[in-house]
Amino acid sequence: MYQYDQYDQAMVDARVEEFRDQARRRLEGKLTEDQFKPLRLMNGLYLQLHAYMLRVAIPYGTLNARQMEALADIADKYDRGYGHFTTRQNIQYNWIKLDDAADALADLAKVEMHAIQTSGNCIRNISSDHFAGAAHDEVADPRPYAELLRQWSSFHPEFTYLPRKFKIAVIAAEKDRAAMRLHDIGIRILKNDAGEIGAQFYAGGGMGRTPMIAPLIRDFVPLDQLITYAEACLRVYNRYGRRDNKYKARIKILVHELGAAEYTRQVEEEFAHMLSAGVEPPREELARIAAYFNDPAFVDGPKTIDRSDPDFALWVDRNTHRHKHDAYVSAVISLKPVGGIPGDATSDQMRLVAKLARDYSFDELRVMHTQNLLLPHVRIADLPALWAALDAAGLGSPNMDTIEDIIACPGLDYCSLANARSIPLAQRITERFAANGRTGELGELKLKISGCINACGHHHAGHIGILGVDKKGTENYQLSLGGSEAEDVSLAKITGPGFDEDGVIAAVETVTDVYLGARQDGERFLDTYRRIGMEPFKEALYG
Amino acid sequence: MKILTGNDLGSGAVTWWNGKGWSLFVDDAVDVGEDADEILARETAARRVNVPYAIEASIDAAGHVRPAHIKDRVRALGPTVRRDLAVPTAGKTGWDWVI
Repeated sequence: MYQYDQYDQAMVDARVEEFRDQARRRLEGKLTEDQFKPLRLMNGLYLQLHAYMLRVAIPYGTLNARQMEALADIADKYDRGYGHFTTRQNIQYNWIKLDDAADALADLAKVEMHAIQTSGNCIRNISSDHFAGAAHDEVADPRPYAELLRQWSSFHPEFTYLPRKFKIAVIAAEKDRAAMRLHDIGIRILKNDAGEIGAQFYAGGGMGRTPMIAPLIRDFVPLDQLITYAEACLRVYNRYGRRDNKYKARIKILVHELGAAEYTRQVEEEFAHMLSAGVEPPREELARIAAYFNDPAFVDGPKTIDRSDPDFALWVDRNTHRHKHDAYVSAVISLKPVGGIPGDATSDQMRLVAKLARDYSFDELRVMHTQNLLLPHVRIADLPALWAALDAAGLGSPNMDTIEDIIACPGLDYCSLANARSIPLAQRITERFAANGRTGELGELKLKISGCINACGHHHAGHIGILGVDKKGTENYQLSLGGSEAEDVSLAKITGPGFDEDGVIAAVETVTDVYLGARQDGERFLDTYRRIGMEPFKEALYG
Repeated sequence: MKILTGNDLGSGAVTWWNGKGWSLFVDDAVDVGEDADEILARETAARRVNVPYAIEASIDAAGHVRPAHIKDRVRALGPTVRRDLAVPTAGKTGWDWVI
């Protein structure tokens, strides 16, 4: 994986000391909150309901064991012994003191991590396919391109104050495992008919209060023009994106209001101009970066698994993913125990996962946007030992992509923007389905919960989505069906009037009843919904 | 009743105006009545607490101060999903986890 050079390290170290001085001046009363707020946000420090929250960037979700151990140490030293892995492949700490924040950032810098650009109207952490570099179906490892984009977008002087925040995802397979088309810019690395690798650009997607699927704006950008094209996309947005209304300031509104064709025309015009300006990094830089992502030294080994233990066999079936080397798999570490808090991990669990990454996955880990962790390269022969270790630590839930693998934002338990709690719903739904034994029968069913319209819980993209709203001071939940963040991307539609907490949990069960009654051979929930439409579900829910 | 709340500058912890300063315990909150704006202006200028604001509250059947809005009730007691991290109640009993 990528390692900082002297410039990266110097930039991050300097930023820590700059923030240390800013925090000191705030604590001494020399800065008002209005003056300090944009400074702390530039360093990932939010003020949430109960305390300051620090959001740490994990570029494209990739980290090593040493970094995970540092995250665990920060949880113990400056927080309350746990962290929360997010839908942008980051980690958040919920109880950071302002006094300690610069020290926490300094500890992060020692392991080549930071919290820069995890907030504010700038280009945020670049996300990617969690199976990158391991997946059997990718045309290339997307992470060198994500890293090139990270370096280009870090402290980019022209894009530090965009109209709104800006999120980019990079994938390199037809399967979309990064919600690519629900990003401000989605990039798919692919091969053209001549066998050349390039980039397909989508622009203007997003969730939030106005969810939109990004349209294709360029079918193929040669790799030696990747940054130039991205720069052109950003320049048009930065110039014409609305700054008068934050709810209409995302690029999706600009693309929608201009129309994809006109936005594309303007990007192409800017692109032609930028080509002559020579902003593209030299190819040697991409080659230098790519060298950090060479395959580890895979060795041949057994390709079959002893399935005599049914619990182990179930975990293998659900939580492992086909690897490009046939003696390996990628193994998902579930952070979704029944009744647990999605995405939360204790410091002890983080240290264990770090050890397992060293022992079984070439020192490499991933954070998934589904709020789970992943060991990308595990020998099939090592799976029994890995599973035993995970199971003993409460990390062996066999539930990937099932109704127990719920994405849930922190919601009103932590977040100052939330209108309703998300986590208790996730806890109760997993308990309900674990108790009724239907999880396996339901198959792939992605349930996503957001505590407010900002949609951090990706409810628009849930096969079943739940949105918490404030109804005259009480929590109320809107149910929606039919969303997908994958290559068959779609936005969920609201079923009808909302429910209280008990009601929405019962409603989820009702919806699954309709599915089980109507499904045909091999259909996922989403397939059945798309075939029969909303009406049978509405009829069952509202009569 | 009208009470004042904010977040402590250093820790970010939720605090409540007790008539003389800022307390971690919602039960210490006092009714500021018509004085809310004056106290808020003074405390904002003193820069000891982040973004203080006034909220409506009542006294519940057990005698506890109960903020009117659910968001402030969660702030008062801590995350409902981590009771182990709940705000200490200074030896008081009879808390009803109000949502």
